[in-house]
Amino acid sequence: MEKSTLFLLILLASTLAYLSNTWRARTLAETSGQKLHSLPGFYGYYTALWCALPGLFLLLLWLLGEGSILTTGALARLPQSLLDGAAPEQIQLLVNDIKSVAQGSFEGQIDPAIQVAADRFSELTQWSRILLTVLSITASLSGLLFAQSRINTDFRARNHVETVVRVFLIGCALTAIFTTIGIVLSVLIESIRFFNMVPITDFLFGLKWSPQIAMRADQAGSSGAFGVIPLLTGTLLISMVALLVAVPIGLLAAIYLSEYASPNFRAIAKPLIEILAGIPTVVYGFFAALVVAPFLRNMGAEIGLEISSESALAAGLVMGIMIIPFVSSLSDDFINAVPQSLRDGAYALGATQSETIRQVVIPAALPGIVGGILLAASRAIGETMIVVMAAGLSANLTLNPLAAVTTVTTQIVTLLVGDQEFDSPKTLAAFALGLILFILTLCLNIMALRIVRKYREQYE
Amino acid sequence: MSDQSPRGHTLDIVMAGLSKRRNAEKRFRFFGLASIVLGLVFLLVLFISIIGNGYSAFTYSNVALDITFDPAVIDPEGQRNPAALAAADYDTLWKASLLKLFPEVTERQEKRALNAFMGFSADKRLKDMVIKDPGLMGTTKTVWLPVDDTVDLLFKGKLGNEEELNERNQHYQSWIKTLKDQDRIHSSFNREFFTNGDSREPEAAGIWGAVVGSAFTLLITIGLSLPIGIAAAIYLEEFAPRNRWTDLIEVNINNLAAVPSIVFGLLGLAVFINFFGLPRSSPLVGGLVLTLMTLPVIIIAGRSALKSVPPSVREAALGIGASPVQMVFDHVLPLALPGILTGAIIGTARALGESAPLLMIGMVAFIVDIPKTFTSAATVLPVQIYLWADSPERAFNERTSAAIMVLLAFLILMNGFAVYLRRRYERRW
Repeated sequence: MEKSTLFLLILLASTLAYLSNTWRARTLAETSGQKLHSLPGFYGYYTALWCALPGLFLLLLWLLGEGSILTTGALARLPQSLLDGAAPEQIQLLVNDIKSVAQGSFEGQIDPAIQVAADRFSELTQWSRILLTVLSITASLSGLLFAQSRINTDFRARNHVETVVRVFLIGCALTAIFTTIGIVLSVLIESIRFFNMVPITDFLFGLKWSPQIAMRADQAGSSGAFGVIPLLTGTLLISMVALLVAVPIGLLAAIYLSEYASPNFRAIAKPLIEILAGIPTVVYGFFAALVVAPFLRNMGAEIGLEISSESALAAGLVMGIMIIPFVSSLSDDFINAVPQSLRDGAYALGATQSETIRQVVIPAALPGIVGGILLAASRAIGETMIVVMAAGLSANLTLNPLAAVTTVTTQIVTLLVGDQEFDSPKTLAAFALGLILFILTLCLNIMALRIVRKYREQYE
Repeated sequence: MSDQSPRGHTLDIVMAGLSKRRNAEKRFRFFGLASIVLGLVFLLVLFISIIGNGYSAFTYSNVALDITFDPAVIDPEGQRNPAALAAADYDTLWKASLLKLFPEVTERQEKRALNAFMGFSADKRLKDMVIKDPGLMGTTKTVWLPVDDTVDLLFKGKLGNEEELNERNQHYQSWIKTLKDQDRIHSSFNREFFTNGDSREPEAAGIWGAVVGSAFTLLITIGLSLPIGIAAAIYLEEFAPRNRWTDLIEVNINNLAAVPSIVFGLLGLAVFINFFGLPRSSPLVGGLVLTLMTLPVIIIAGRSALKSVPPSVREAALGIGASPVQMVFDHVLPLALPGILTGAIIGTARALGESAPLLMIGMVAFIVDIPKTFTSAATVLPVQIYLWADSPERAFNERTSAAIMVLLAFLILMNGFAVYLRRRYERRW
């Protein structure tokens, strides 16, 4: 049976188990005249779980392990001469050929050795399918029978079901930890492989970035330079421009919305501003490349300034527009959290409203605002699509916002889109850049979250 | 201490500064309002430039040609053999008809331009007609056929710069004028844009493949992130003891919500594709990556929704003998569900617009076919936009904007539904 059919069958069986055993428990209580320990439904759930879980577990096991066992079995039939000294990619190609021959979708002349392996592969697939069907149905049925045999009026079905529910809940909560571990491990392992090829000091302190690797040993020119400094300055330059746009606008907007605006105005303007955060970044990227960059270039040409069409200014400006809502809504929250008594105190001393805001409210809300700005900065550093579409590819070490610069995220994308060879420093460099990016944003986030949290406690 | 100073002295200082302070007040207020207006102007410019650039892609120009289905061209053997009919050269038919309309075209350059006047699917359109109804053979019929994408842009007036009006395009313009005078050219709804997959030819490129890919990807994302997110939120809010472990999980979730999306792409590439060997470019992997990205959003929204359910509900449930699990699933969760769903929809909308992590797992491939399963190669709407934005052909430019309009329409729908849900079911305790 196909795995999907099997999956549906198990689900169907467990639904039936639920219905029949709920009914069974109810009749049991009626005929024996005793009270059930749990509600009848729990007996149903209990049997349904025992019916579904063993079968699903086997199914999962097959999904994870079947592929590698089948290919190992099929590769064992290949003559040793084909496998000796073959690179992993070549073996992968062989495996693909075997699979397509086995499925009958191979086009062209079939190598007899491949044909033998493909026959073995189909044979093993057949066996594995039969084995899985038999095993999972047996497991589900025996689980069901075992659960049914335990049902009586004293059986604590609810407690058993609730234990399973709790384990499931904990498992789900742990995915967050597993995700973080996954991120750290996946980025770290490939980075370490990269640092075995390129010294870590060259990477961290190098002033030149040109990841082209010579294809032949005697090829002239580039041997690849992996200095991250130009990328970092480019990233910081664009983020700086973005923050210069977003912080004043966002902060002033937040102040106006929370201190001056009438409730009606606020109810309309605040969601409208927040739309800016909901627009996909690819749209901003297109907007930057299509409208803003040509506009800036033409304007620069009018006043005699040479602005590159992939200038940091254009990308930063658009990115700034994108992060306005991050600054404004967080600042808004914190300004609102400042107790009214502080304002009243300032008014009582004769301060005007703007003086109160500038000298009392903002200083009181400052830690929170700074936290919000740090979060916005982390968002700007990690932003990808805008810079991929609007910033350049050449790594210039410059602080001139009118020139073209490149960023960490742009380089990750250019290194990984297209052919990936996991033994060349070119591909692995992307993971090292990812590590830098992760560490950088992590520091900013932790700092920001700590400030925000500490501040929240202050007025609560 | 102010015994010696005259009584009015302080007041004078205050009065003297008052107008300055009032002006400062006005200025400050003005700056606040100005920055809101500036933000809204940005929004407006963004929308106007996208819509102004893209609305024209929803129509496409067709030309009415009197096609003579000459058996000597399409079926020289006279067998009416479908294979022969399918292999015949239908371009000759419209070229002949077009030449009849413009007999003055004799020069080679001009002729070559005329031969590129119609779009490449004109040929297919004619072929389909003949195969469907071989009785057309030998007759003459007026047929509306799609023009080349440059001609389409010229007809819509999208090409105006001098550099774009090269010699060939000037020829085109004069022919378009002639056709217009004869009422033989008009724009109609561009159905292909909504039903086709991607293509190298702008006139045949559509978004349906990307829409289906997005749908598959989002199905996986919703199917996984909603149950896992709700369960995690319930555990953290209702059952977790306050200790170092749950603190760690909490810090983790808050951090994950702020990790750059591209890092999730690296995770997907290293773990799902290289380690587990799942198929590259598939909605399955894309959905998994987006699930991990959306989870923190749903968990955070879920927790605050659960937190807003008053403790009295919990106490009442426990008081009449419900177990903690029953209390949560039968009483607290139903009350918190609208809030959780609102957060989930907003998280999913963000996942729908996300493209950076999907570039990492190979969903940028050029894919013509409409994806059929969760494991077939696919692309999604935002990535399609990215791909088209990179294409040099001028006609892809308006298609990019049109695709953006479709994407924004989906996002507005989703967010609107979230707002409706919040308005409809919001409770003040």
